[in-house]
Amino acid sequence: MKASLTFHKLMVGLLVIYLLIPLVGTLLFSIAGKWDHTILPESYTMKWYIELFQDERFYDAFRRTLFLIVMSVGLSVVIMLPTIFIITVYFSKWEGFLQAAAMLPYGIPPIVGAVGLIKVYSDGPIQIAGTPWILIGAYFITILPFMYQGIRNSLRTVNAVQLVDAAELLGATKFQAFRTVVFPNIISGILVSTLLSVALLFSEFAFANLLVGGRFETIQIYLADKLNSSGHLTSAIVITYYSMILLLTGTVLKLSFRKEKNPVVSNKNRILSLFKKQYRHKNTALEGEK
Amino acid sequence: MRKIKKQKIYLLALLLPFITFVIGFEIGPLVAMIKNSFYADDGIQVTINQYITIFKSKFYLQAIQNSLVISLFSAVTSVIIAVIAAYSLTKFSQKIQNRLLMITNMTSNFEGIPLSFSYIILLGNNGLFTLLFSKIGWDVFADFNLYSWTGLILVYIYFQIPLAVMLIYPSYQGIKKQWKEASSLLGGSTSSFWLHIGIPVLLPSIVGTFSILFANAMGAYATAYALVGSNYNLLSLQIASLVASDVALKPQLGSAMGVLLAATMIGAMWFNERMMRRIRRDLR
Repeated sequence: MKASLTFHKLMVGLLVIYLLIPLVGTLLFSIAGKWDHTILPESYTMKWYIELFQDERFYDAFRRTLFLIVMSVGLSVVIMLPTIFIITVYFSKWEGFLQAAAMLPYGIPPIVGAVGLIKVYSDGPIQIAGTPWILIGAYFITILPFMYQGIRNSLRTVNAVQLVDAAELLGATKFQAFRTVVFPNIISGILVSTLLSVALLFSEFAFANLLVGGRFETIQIYLADKLNSSGHLTSAIVITYYSMILLLTGTVLKLSFRKEKNPVVSNKNRILSLFKKQYRHKNTALEGEK
Repeated sequence: MRKIKKQKIYLLALLLPFITFVIGFEIGPLVAMIKNSFYADDGIQVTINQYITIFKSKFYLQAIQNSLVISLFSAVTSVIIAVIAAYSLTKFSQKIQNRLLMITNMTSNFEGIPLSFSYIILLGNNGLFTLLFSKIGWDVFADFNLYSWTGLILVYIYFQIPLAVMLIYPSYQGIKKQWKEASSLLGGSTSSFWLHIGIPVLLPSIVGTFSILFANAMGAYATAYALVGSNYNLLSLQIASLVASDVALKPQLGSAMGVLLAATMIGAMWFNERMMRRIRRDLR
């Protein structure tokens, strides 16, 4: 029994080391002064970070990414909230369509999506290929599955339909019911999927590179461009960038931990809980058969 | 009555922005891509030549083959590692399990350009490990080239493993302690428990995870772009250079390859469904 526990410790230890080595290596490299023939750096310095934070291009790229994220996530919240609400409450027979439309982007990689987007928007009436506007549209679709799941689950948890019925009985209009009863109750549930979407778009490269490229330099494009310059500086960018992602996902984990007590499923792969639900059904079926 | 009708029209109007976005940026581009793949290079003549070109060209077939092989290989390896590692995980206390899963979750966000860059720092031509090993005199890495098939595989496996662990781990929760007890009461050994009960129960989750990982690798673009640029022949890199590069643009051919890639992904998902249903029917 003891021997097998040693095996499990070894397995997990190896996995953790394997997963952390690239991160630790990059971190060390970003603060290393001289490091060419020792296991650990000979001297440490912060000059790469200082250099990075004095780079105008970095701030510009960061601002552009932020602009794209705020626009597309904002649009998504403003559009998807009423859409999902209206469809679940009034047109429930269309829920299948909504779900199909919302989940489809999950099966289509950006590289395929970009082919069609370039075709549609490079000529014809709306020529927005190469501008940030096409990215906002593409990003709206990219985060659709996450926003949809988040909003729909929140509406279900608070029993939105019954809430609206009750509010109407008490003399409120539908809009009032939505604004004063449903909305305040689901806002924290939406926060999680909003943050997930932000993290996802932060690390989005394929659309940005294919649709717009250097004409609107986002943080990822900036990073890709810097790959061939000083390794130390690029490490500093990677670490800065990754810290922001960690901050975002950390907040997500904390928020969902408070709610669900199962924090691990609640990352960006949350969508796959669909699959997990299937297994759970199956397992209970098995138990029932005993 | 009229009031209700009026309200419905008003509500439908609120759905318009969503419908516009879905048509404009999701369905529209997909349809445009499929349609465009049936045109000749001039964009006027309707033809299936683009598909014939792909299947007659050694170069493009190579790209498809490379993508398939790299996706299969990385998916299979990651699933095997994840099945073992996730099982080992379940042997720890709940607190440690949560902490370890936190690490996998955090590293699953480390992908794309930053990940490739990390590997270049560690194992590239002037990488830390490369220099270190050559100084120590280990020549395991002497023949290793990060900017090649082996390098790509290594990086792909890295970003697949955390995902695989997180997908497979929950299904171990479905294996009840009582089943093990029942099996050993009936005289089964540990290995016969896993062979006849454990693995069959896990199988749908393993197959499902496999097809997700496969699709994930097929569609991966950023990682490969940063690591090998256009030096390695992959389906996603070829599509990118056909529709959005500075040299020879062939959007119709790119569309045809996009359709093929999408078909592969849908195929993987369909296979996943089929397997799932089949296994479940057997259980009944």
